[in-house]
Amino acid sequence: MLDSNSLLASADPALPWTWAFIAVTFGIYLYIGWRSRVKETAGFYVAGQGVPAIANGAATAADWMSAASFIGMAGLISFSGSDGSVYLMGWTGGYVLLALLLAPYLRKFGHYTVPDFIGARYYSETARIVAAICAIFISLTYVAGQMKGVGVVFSRFLEVDLAVGVCIGMAIVGFFAVLGGMKGITWTQVVQFFVLILAFIIPSVAISSQLTGDSIPQRAFAFSDISARLNEVLIGLGHEAYTTPFTKFGSSWNVFLITAALMFGTAGLPHVIVRFYTVKDVRAARYSAVWAIIFIAMLYTTAPALGLFARYNLIDSMHESTIERIEVTVSGEDPKSFPFPAQRAEAFAVIETAQAENTKASKKGLREPNSIVYFLTSKSGQPLDWATRWQNTGLLKFEDLDQDGQINLTLIPQTDRSKKSELAKIDRDIIVLSTPEVATLPPWVIALVAAGGLAAALSTAAGLLLVISSSLAHDLYIRFCEPNATEARKLFIGRVAIIFGIVVAGYFGIYPPGFVGEVVAFAFGLAAASFFPAIFLGIFSKRVNRAGAVTGMIVGLVFTITYIVLCTADKVLPFLFDAPLLAQENWLFGISPQGIGTVGMAINFVLTLAISSVTAPPPAEVIELIESVRIPSGSGKAVSH
Amino acid sequence: MSNSTESSSKSDDAKNYWRSNLTLVAVLLSVWAIAGFGLSIFFIESANQIKIGSVGFGFWMAQQGSIFVFVVLVLVYALAMDRIDRKHKLND
Repeated sequence: MLDSNSLLASADPALPWTWAFIAVTFGIYLYIGWRSRVKETAGFYVAGQGVPAIANGAATAADWMSAASFIGMAGLISFSGSDGSVYLMGWTGGYVLLALLLAPYLRKFGHYTVPDFIGARYYSETARIVAAICAIFISLTYVAGQMKGVGVVFSRFLEVDLAVGVCIGMAIVGFFAVLGGMKGITWTQVVQFFVLILAFIIPSVAISSQLTGDSIPQRAFAFSDISARLNEVLIGLGHEAYTTPFTKFGSSWNVFLITAALMFGTAGLPHVIVRFYTVKDVRAARYSAVWAIIFIAMLYTTAPALGLFARYNLIDSMHESTIERIEVTVSGEDPKSFPFPAQRAEAFAVIETAQAENTKASKKGLREPNSIVYFLTSKSGQPLDWATRWQNTGLLKFEDLDQDGQINLTLIPQTDRSKKSELAKIDRDIIVLSTPEVATLPPWVIALVAAGGLAAALSTAAGLLLVISSSLAHDLYIRFCEPNATEARKLFIGRVAIIFGIVVAGYFGIYPPGFVGEVVAFAFGLAAASFFPAIFLGIFSKRVNRAGAVTGMIVGLVFTITYIVLCTADKVLPFLFDAPLLAQENWLFGISPQGIGTVGMAINFVLTLAISSVTAPPPAEVIELIESVRIPSGSGKAVSH
Repeated sequence: MSNSTESSSKSDDAKNYWRSNLTLVAVLLSVWAIAGFGLSIFFIESANQIKIGSVGFGFWMAQQGSIFVFVVLVLVYALAMDRIDRKHKLND
């Protein structure tokens, strides 16, 4: 019994569970896709506007909670401490703006897309085209991140190639999105919401009871002594305390600007807005916003607790762990194993050359040729198999700096004034996905987390693909190239556009361009600087006109894009630049690129209002349109022009 | 004649409806700003002097409390708008 256990120690016990969970959930998604196939454009773009408020709430929540929310956010918070609040408040506070300022009015307006509203309200084809291009750009950057998330889950949990994982994901989304359009997407998103929320909450409850004895993570977060324990451990290792504000983003102004950019960006994201077009009337739009924020809050109040617990657990299990052996694979050769402490000297000699080659390769932006895997045993004597598996993905790396055969997480000041510990690299995406393994929860929980991560990524990808399709097909192609197309022809073009979107997204998922890492700064900054002011003023001001809105949108956008590109040139355009064109010490008033969208939005507001006040007011039919969206009654069926 | 008074009282009603809507939104967004930007960002350090359980109140607002406030705001808006709609007979 003992023997077979140690033999199987490296095999992943969660593997069969993961295959089973993924097969079942994917089967359900395919079945729903088949059941909700549509025959007309109203079904394809806005699900026939018959979705009940609570179902739309769940669909909106799944649409909204992406691979980043599910896989990345708790990790981000975990490493940002108190400042992690920018993501928590930014991505929920935006719903208040959406629910109070945009959603009910856009539902009353009743057309299919955000560019439809902008085009009609500002009586301008230019405005419509600018809006459609923004929508496509925002959604494409965003969807590439989702596809990468799918690839990460597949390669880690199913041990298949990242590219194969992305292709499977593309096929599944393609099936229900192409057949069912918004209708298929809506009902799969409802199911995906339940999968992802269960997958997030079950391990959080388990780890909460394990660490604090309280099974409600939100209560344990505030009322147990876990935060005090973590603060003490972190300070002992040379870090700042977890609960101290402004350790990550520097100042309260930066925290404010980033939070605001995320909030206004959230409210302006087209794939979220269009979900409110799918319900019966204005009242249903209000109540689906209520359901959506309740469902979203379930994950968003659990995430900070999980981030805190996971940080504690990770440090606790890795700190002062003993190296059993190190496996070094020099490019193209069979792996060599060096047991500790017997072959310590040989091991470090080989590692040194292997590492030098790796550093050279990574400086050139190439894949590191050699792999160095530490096999560790925690100080309580548990073998850290999960650490071995994550090292194989390259997302976790160790380096025994003092070569004492132990991994120590204390930060040690280096000659160049930076600080380093023997944990050489830990990708924030590991936090959520590794939690069940670190906490040694049963294998089916690990499988459930994998299925949840996929549900989160696929549901968001589907919503984004629909926006790409509707912008390309409905806002641009049909309108300008084939305005007299028949209903069947329009539907056909919509489906072609979705397939196009899937292929592009898949390509970006497998070969992520530099800007994917900066996707948060981009997508939210752009949405805040372009859509939010245009839609908000379009509803709340009768005076704002075409000249003001178009200038405001374009200047807001160009300003925001330029600043983000200047600050992140080395990541966005790695083949042109080695360093950012605007280094951190030269940032405009010290504003981080993540917060610049708020400034872009302010510029947009000022310009729009100023130019509108000195140019002719909008024509009478536009005033009528504004008056009509302000009154909730009479929101009928969608109008397709 | 009677037709025009009817339409002007109708547009007065629409104006009143819009005004009650704006007042409601302004009140709710003030709470939104106080919870999200005030207590959770600009005054987080002073708020942290007060403890809720074993963490500072500012930290708790930033990571938990403000989200609960946001949920309540959206719910209150939907309920209050139902009342305003009924008062102005604008519910379908």
